[in-house]
Amino acid sequence: MLSFFRFEGMALRKVRSNIDRIFDKSLTDLIRGIRNNKDNESRYIAQCMEEIKQELRQDSIYVKANAIEKLAYLQMLGYDISWASFNVIEVMASTKYTEKRIGYLAAAQSFHDETDVLMLTTNLIRKDVNSANMYESGIALGGLSCFVTPDLARDLAADIVNLLACSRPYTRKRAVLLLYKVFLKYPDALRPTFPRLKEKLEDPDPGVQSSAVNVICELARKNPKNYLTLAPVFFKLMTTSSNNWMLIKIIKLFGALVPLEPRLGKKLLEPLTNLINSTSAMSLLYECINTVIAVLISISAGGDHTASIQLCVQKLGVLIEDSDQNLKYLGLLAMGKILKTHPKAVQAHKDIVLRCLDDKDESIRLRSLDLLYGMVSKKNIVEIVKKLMEHVEAAEGSHYRDELLSRIIGICSWSNYQYITNFEWYISVLVELTKVEGTEHGAKIAEQIQDVTVRVESIRHFSVSQMALLVENAHVLLAGSAQQRSNMCEVLLAAAWICGEYSQHVRNQQNVLESMLKAKPSVMPGHILSVYVQNIGKLYCSLMSQAEEEDDWDQIDSLDNLMLSKLPQFELSEHLEAQERACNLMTIIRIIEQRHQEKEKMGAELQKLYDGELNPVATKAQRKVPVPDGLDLDAWIGEEWVSESEEAEEESDLEEMFGAPMARPKMEIGDVEDDMEEAVEDQKKGKKKGKKAGEMSKEEMEKRRRQREQEIENNPYYVKGSATAPKRPTRFGNPIERTEAAEKEKEIQSPLEIPGVVGLHRYMEQQDSTLSWKKAKEDSDTTNKKKKKTLKKEKGGKKKKRRTTSTSSEEEDRVVHKVNRNDGEMPEGAKSTDDEDEKNIPTDEFRALDMDLDAPLRPDEVVKAPQAYTRTYPSQQKPGPLVPRPPTTFEPRPVVEAPKPVKEKKKKAGKTGVAKLKKKKSLPESSASKSNLFNMDDWLEGNGTAAPEAPKSTLAVEKPAKKTKKSTRKVREAYEETSGVCTPSIPHQRSPIDTETPTTSSEFTRLAANKTLSVDFVARPNQDPLDHGRVTVTLKVQKLGDAKIQKVELSMVDTLNAKVVKDSDEAILLAEELDATSSEASFDVQVTTTNVSRMMRGTVTYFLVDDEGTRDDKLDIRLPLPSVVFVIPNSSIRKDDWSALLASDEVDFVASQSVKTSPDLKLRTVLSQISKKGHFSVVEETPKEAPKAASLFGRTVGGQPICLLVKKTADGLQIDGKAGDETLIQSIIQDVSEICARV
Amino acid sequence: MIKAILVINNHGKPRLLKFYQHYSEEMQQQIVRETFQLVSKRDDNVCNFLEGGTLIDGNDYRLIYRHYATLYFIFCVDSSESELGILDLIQVFVETLDRCFENVCELDLIFHVDRVHHILGEIVMGGMVLETNMNEILQRIQEQDKIQKQEAGITAAPARAVSAVKNMNISQQLKDIKLPDLPSLSNLKNAF
Repeated sequence: MLSFFRFEGMALRKVRSNIDRIFDKSLTDLIRGIRNNKDNESRYIAQCMEEIKQELRQDSIYVKANAIEKLAYLQMLGYDISWASFNVIEVMASTKYTEKRIGYLAAAQSFHDETDVLMLTTNLIRKDVNSANMYESGIALGGLSCFVTPDLARDLAADIVNLLACSRPYTRKRAVLLLYKVFLKYPDALRPTFPRLKEKLEDPDPGVQSSAVNVICELARKNPKNYLTLAPVFFKLMTTSSNNWMLIKIIKLFGALVPLEPRLGKKLLEPLTNLINSTSAMSLLYECINTVIAVLISISAGGDHTASIQLCVQKLGVLIEDSDQNLKYLGLLAMGKILKTHPKAVQAHKDIVLRCLDDKDESIRLRSLDLLYGMVSKKNIVEIVKKLMEHVEAAEGSHYRDELLSRIIGICSWSNYQYITNFEWYISVLVELTKVEGTEHGAKIAEQIQDVTVRVESIRHFSVSQMALLVENAHVLLAGSAQQRSNMCEVLLAAAWICGEYSQHVRNQQNVLESMLKAKPSVMPGHILSVYVQNIGKLYCSLMSQAEEEDDWDQIDSLDNLMLSKLPQFELSEHLEAQERACNLMTIIRIIEQRHQEKEKMGAELQKLYDGELNPVATKAQRKVPVPDGLDLDAWIGEEWVSESEEAEEESDLEEMFGAPMARPKMEIGDVEDDMEEAVEDQKKGKKKGKKAGEMSKEEMEKRRRQREQEIENNPYYVKGSATAPKRPTRFGNPIERTEAAEKEKEIQSPLEIPGVVGLHRYMEQQDSTLSWKKAKEDSDTTNKKKKKTLKKEKGGKKKKRRTTSTSSEEEDRVVHKVNRNDGEMPEGAKSTDDEDEKNIPTDEFRALDMDLDAPLRPDEVVKAPQAYTRTYPSQQKPGPLVPRPPTTFEPRPVVEAPKPVKEKKKKAGKTGVAKLKKKKSLPESSASKSNLFNMDDWLEGNGTAAPEAPKSTLAVEKPAKKTKKSTRKVREAYEETSGVCTPSIPHQRSPIDTETPTTSSEFTRLAANKTLSVDFVARPNQDPLDHGRVTVTLKVQKLGDAKIQKVELSMVDTLNAKVVKDSDEAILLAEELDATSSEASFDVQVTTTNVSRMMRGTVTYFLVDDEGTRDDKLDIRLPLPSVVFVIPNSSIRKDDWSALLASDEVDFVASQSVKTSPDLKLRTVLSQISKKGHFSVVEETPKEAPKAASLFGRTVGGQPICLLVKKTADGLQIDGKAGDETLIQSIIQDVSEICARV
Repeated sequence: MIKAILVINNHGKPRLLKFYQHYSEEMQQQIVRETFQLVSKRDDNVCNFLEGGTLIDGNDYRLIYRHYATLYFIFCVDSSESELGILDLIQVFVETLDRCFENVCELDLIFHVDRVHHILGEIVMGGMVLETNMNEILQRIQEQDKIQKQEAGITAAPARAVSAVKNMNISQQLKDIKLPDLPSLSNLKNAF
């Protein structure tokens, strides 16, 4: 097509713009073209780009829009369109909605903070946002939400805030959501704007309300503590709303708030449990469970919440068993959270979780692996591990396999091998795991083998025999590439160390020694080589001593020769540690060999080098060592000696690996003898390595020894006796020393079979076939236990002392972790000190997400809103639009109003000392904040500890003499207590109530009566805008007969959506004893929705005392709670406001009804009844003298306006009504016609 | 917050990309590829939640997706969104598309990606859920369509005619030849 124009040349340029767009490719053409040019797509697109550039050069905005639309599509395909940013703005500025929309779409897709042309858009966007066309404003708001920059946010914040008062919910909704983005980019806007945003929580439109919840939840998630004060608002929303989307958000928000305020958790528990029981929406159910779990975690310390836990676990069980994989996944996820605090509860679902291990879905398998910790027991661990091992073999993809491996090790070593009774089996498992392909867990396995062998004395023989086989077959393991090798090498490290350390268990020491000496320094990693050298020494020592005992000099000679011939190769190792150790050992052996020439026995001497037992050390033991007075760790002990320090470092690393005591002194050979005994007596802590010819004086030695003693004395984690936790270093911490090895371990290792190595399968076979084995096992178990006992006795005294010094937190910790386990362990090490870390974990989750954008919002700073606007950017705009418009629906309540009732309450209700203290503290703060703090505490405590407060004010039984006034005041107080929490938004309704005495006798309606007593009632709504689902019902009980009436009690039957607010299940006491006059009592009824009429049933029971004696009697009542109850009395409106309201879309639901009345009934009479009982106020009557029709107005506590028109017809009345809620207006009309009918 | 909404077909071609956080075009394509890798290897009968990927990089973001016929609808969300809620939202989105396009199929999304964007704009705004009531959403879309039709007015006719010609799928040269053959230039003038 372009060619067409090229031919025509310049001449056509002027006329073509109109024609152009027909020839231009539309988006559809472009897409079709791309699809038709699959082979040379990029070329085609390049060609199109050229065309687009041409199109953009033209004047027609239509052509440009078309081009931009195409660009937006190409952007999706990965083409940069930032060069066209200016054109995008041109299209955005189009007067046509369709084109404007294209512009905003392209902008939303491609603009970002760095798009410089965005600064040109401020006024355009301002205009669009404020457009009369709601969709134009909608796309502008939507677009802005995608590309808002700090500048735009700053400049447009006021406009957006003003839109919050827009009459169209569609715009309000978007403005609210956009505010969040504005806050993110321009945090300064948050504080002044927040009250306005908070108001939107009570917006009549559920969509706007939900958006406000959404935004506040997002804000609160980042900085939950700043939003704690909003908890009551959300709590009310939660108990009243039926919008699941909103409920989910609120409940999630509570999940974030709960860790900060345990009292909140307690208060939440009940409504959440109700929701869990009642909701059918899985998403809501799941979020409820999640938050309940959060609550339970936060209050796990006190109280018995087994019922809640059970409920959660049971519901999660249902989820997990569901055929829907999503529910299964989420169920397992949530179950994992419970597991941490309430492992026992989860165990009930062991079978289901285990079944999930076989699930085809990897995500689900991984989640159920998470839960395994809670599922294993001594009985089933073998079975579970067997299953996991099968999975390991079948697993595809190294991620899942690695995960499996670490879980196997994890659950087996859980709480110091708590679940393992048969360690031979475990060693077999570990040996089996070394055969697994491509694991990255060689080091972990090695460490486990070492750890188990050290801890479990009875297993050493078996372990050593297995390890000896591994060492003898090292060449098999080391075959293959370097990468394949590295995994196995780690196991060799453990094998060599075990063979050397427990050489007495090695059956054929000669063989093992020879195999070790065969190790090729070129093939073997240095750190393993150094372990080899060390253990060659041990084996040599053991063999040599044996030979010496037998006076077998030939053997001794051949041993010495063997060592002297093979060992030097190790001296050539590249690894410093290995080299050094080899050199040391060589020197020692040369000396010994010389002595041997003189037929001098050296066995005893040499043995001392390797004497003593090594024990596991707690991961943090090193850190816990106190620095003795006068010891400067940074100062040099001798002269500076750089290379030595390096070596020392390496050695300490190695020691850690071995789980050796860290204060292992280096000493000269000569000193060994003297110090040895001492050291061995010293709880056999020290393991002497005499090879290092360090310069250490006796004093130094003594100092070291003292230091060690002190450290043992001071470290509570030392010698916890049987209750110790072992060192589990690599699994949880410092893997640093292993990284080097781990890096190499990425390649796949082919399965290996080593003759003689038992492995798991062989082991299990053996176990099945040999019956005698079990007996042997039992024997070993008993001996084991005996040993245990003796050991315990030995240490008994010391242990007790230590226990008393250990802190209480440790004690608790132990209870939770159930570390006390004696079977098969020989730990003498220290307790792992994980309590420190755990303390810091919780609450932190959200702090990590903290964006410093969010200025902390304290309630006392909120009021500054308007000033902040004018002050922040007075230069940029005229002051007019900057000041946020007051909301159209409600006027803000003057702040001055708050302190008065607070003071009053302070006197009357007798606040606790804490409250007073708070008051004093907050003196300089604004009065609003005072009441906030107050109410927060009240609110939180209202349900739990401070239960009496609420009934005191709301449910007061009054003596007849004081009657009406006082009870009113009390009711009012209850209102005051909660009201200050939120931005007061229905202020003007308050004044009439202040002046009015509500419970005048005329207002009471007869509820029920019998011969002995009558019950009248008056119900009025709670004026608190937050609490508008609450009705205060005042009952008046009057005695009719002469009989004495005692203990008048009322029990109401709660319905699904209306229930009496009370703290116990006991009946409401109306009067202890009725005297001549009447007695009044009030109670609150909480309803879920305010827009329908409802009826509650109840029974008044009482004791009738007359001449015949005392008998109980009852009176059934039916308490009507019509929807007119929720209409606030005396809400007035001007005539033109009324007609304006009627015309607006705020009241768009209509209902009407006609009532038959007697023809001579005066409309005035009817109206007075409607005003009295229905709380409506008359706006206008026509004609004025003898009205035939009247307009009435009312407003619900929720702030919804209701307009009524009552007309007199020939045979009765016609009642029409309009309101913003369909159900509401229907029930109102129903109620009003009933009132009329009764006139 | 929703971080991104991707619609990708069974072959990894993006059909709709909406990022609520800025990424370069290159990065966007990489995310599409990577996400597709993750999603495509999963069976249809496994759960709809995914962990891992660049989009998620260590934060508390998850991928929640649904697979409809030839399309994957993938939402990347953080932990403030309910997993099941987002699944429902995807359903709402798809059902809305279905109602707007009358039996939506991949072709609708291919050729009307702009419209899909507008529909999405009525459901999610700036990464936050705007509206979940389908009737409300549909009403808003219909009203906007009405505006669009009004604006297009009579000019829509020639445009349609031209596109009909183009749609005949004749070769490029052929189209060039036919160019003078325009039926409705007069109509066109009326529009201006």
